[in-house]
Amino acid sequence: MEKFTPFEGIVAPLDRANVDTDLIIPKQFLKSIKRTGFGPNLFDELRYLDEGQPGQDCSNRPLNPDFVLNKPRYKGASVLLARRNFGCGSSREHAPWALTDFGFRTVLAPSFADIFFNNSFKNGLLPIVLSEEVIDQLFKETQAAEGYRLTVDLASQQIIKPDGSTIAFEVDPFRKHCLLEGLDDIGLTLQDADAIQEYEAKRRQTAPWLFDAIK
Amino acid sequence: MAGKTLYDKLWEAHVVKQREDGTALIYIDRQLLHEVTSPQAFEGLRLAGRKPWRLDANIATPDHNVPTTNRSGPIEDEVSRIQVQTLDDNCDEFGILEFKMNDARQGIVHVMGPEQGATLPGMTIVCGDSHTATHGAFGALAHGIGTSEVEHVLATQCLIQKKMKSMLIKVDGELGAGVTAKDVVLAIIAKIGTAGGTGYAIEFGGSVMQSLSMEGRMTVCNMAIEGGARAGMVAVDDKTIEYFKGRPFSPKGEQWEQAVEYWRTLHSDADAQFDAVVELDGSQIKPQVSWGTSPEMVVAIDEALPDPAAESDPVKAEGMRRAYEYMGLKPGITMGDVVPDRVFIGSCTNSRIEDLRAAAEVAKGRKVSAKVKQAMVVPGSGLVKQQAEAEGLDKIFMEAGFEWREPGCSMCLAMNADRLGDGEHCASTSNRNFEGRQGYGGRTHLVSPAMAAAAAVAGRFVDVRELN
Ligand code: SF4
Repeated sequence: MEKFTPFEGIVAPLDRANVDTDLIIPKQFLKSIKRTGFGPNLFDELRYLDEGQPGQDCSNRPLNPDFVLNKPRYKGASVLLARRNFGCGSSREHAPWALTDFGFRTVLAPSFADIFFNNSFKNGLLPIVLSEEVIDQLFKETQAAEGYRLTVDLASQQIIKPDGSTIAFEVDPFRKHCLLEGLDDIGLTLQDADAIQEYEAKRRQTAPWLFDAIK
Repeated sequence: MAGKTLYDKLWEAHVVKQREDGTALIYIDRQLLHEVTSPQAFEGLRLAGRKPWRLDANIATPDHNVPTTNRSGPIEDEVSRIQVQTLDDNCDEFGILEFKMNDARQGIVHVMGPEQGATLPGMTIVCGDSHTATHGAFGALAHGIGTSEVEHVLATQCLIQKKMKSMLIKVDGELGAGVTAKDVVLAIIAKIGTAGGTGYAIEFGGSVMQSLSMEGRMTVCNMAIEGGARAGMVAVDDKTIEYFKGRPFSPKGEQWEQAVEYWRTLHSDADAQFDAVVELDGSQIKPQVSWGTSPEMVVAIDEALPDPAAESDPVKAEGMRRAYEYMGLKPGITMGDVVPDRVFIGSCTNSRIEDLRAAAEVAKGRKVSAKVKQAMVVPGSGLVKQQAEAEGLDKIFMEAGFEWREPGCSMCLAMNADRLGDGEHCASTSNRNFEGRQGYGGRTHLVSPAMAAAAAVAGRFVDVRELN
């Protein structure tokens, strides 16, 4: 994973609560056995006027002109502004894959679904929880000013607004560390291989039926 | 000191290492794998030159993509075929036990696991699928994970987790006739909302939960995620233990005795404290139907659909308006005014033998209405299918005009050929009514198996209790 560095980006406002993972990336695209290439199908059902098929060239498909990401003013957006319970639904990691492949690096919302929240950190996508009031204010500002941009600095846990004012945000220290360093969780966990083996040895004594049942 | 919750006990038994930042390395006893969320995980292992930590902790079966019609030939859809083939190849290459498409033990992972005794009380169980909470019905800690975590568990047999908060949902009283586990869980979600359980591990308790069969408990836990919770669970009792007697991977002999002794400790202590408690009166629950595009948009069958104008929360009201537009419905009507174009009985929520029996009881001696284009029954596994056929349920369904299919996820998410047409309404026993979930433009109404069968024969949504 790449290191999460500070960045400034255009903000795209997706004004709708409970955006579910089926909406983020519809199931027909889950048939891919790769991790990449989901960007063109991000929000497929909202973005295009026809029904998308896997493997299809999206450049000739009819766009829904009313959908926020199709509006020229939000082109190149890397900050997604969203409403409560973003990412609810399935555990598909294709959702953060599609968001990052499209170019988003962070999602700002009043709340996220647990699994989506967790999956995002594993893929260099930073989900930031802000209060309903702050989110509301950001929606207003984004809609009012074309080209509205925010700077996101994970190290100092701050969002910097165009007028220089800042919004502080919380992030779990371990996840922050992994994102900043671009660390692979598996490598970290394997440093504790001894502890895992020790646990297994003890567990085998007390609950032997948990081992070797399936061969 | 307050006693421990079931969740506390399960958590504590699996901590490998507590970290200073509040996270812990948690040991995973069982991982279930299917074709959609595993290919990238296996690929990750290969690229890093890693091997699975413990082969016998994993079990796999294809379910999301498999056709539910004739399976004698290869899967017609090429992309689906490649994905199922990739699972087969990965399991063969790494040496993981898999029930392949034409094995009688194949089925939806969440049906197959318990049926085989691959899911047991006291285990930590994960799967790259959000409905993994199903297995919590057996007093296990089970939850869905993403593909990176699937790879993490394959490589280390552990997950990095933060302990969740605990919630007790207590359903007391007694259910009325014709009211099922599905109605209970829909009523719960309608009450707490789709984010009500976010950040919590839910324990379902109370006299109603105790009275439910293991199948019914699975139905309730299955939909914990629709209430926002990754994990749902029910305490172990005699029914739980009885369920595992003689299952292929259940402990045997002396180990069985030892296991049962441990399993009997898997309940919350009488003085345990929960971070949140929600109570419902089971006797007040009526058959439920979802009307909108979120599992919290649910009404009782005789209730009028809610008016967004009466909703004080503007974000919610906007969501309701959008849902009405998508569903082609209006506030004030009742679901009895709606005709289901298709009926789907299946999915990890409701495709077990008890579900099929309940639907068959309604279908028996009746005919699918001419207004309904298609009614299908998709058993959860090959073994459920065999059992149903042994009981003659297949005949009852087919005589009534239902299609009798091969096991898989099918129209629950329409990744295979089974799907809704644009604008079609469906009475479905699945768990999600999101836009496009069952097919582009499709309109899903979540119901119990009995209610789905009743809608099929009546040609509109009806109260199964009033079907003469
Ligand atoms: S039946 Fe539906 S919800 Fe269950 S695992 Fe399959 S696709 Fe997911």
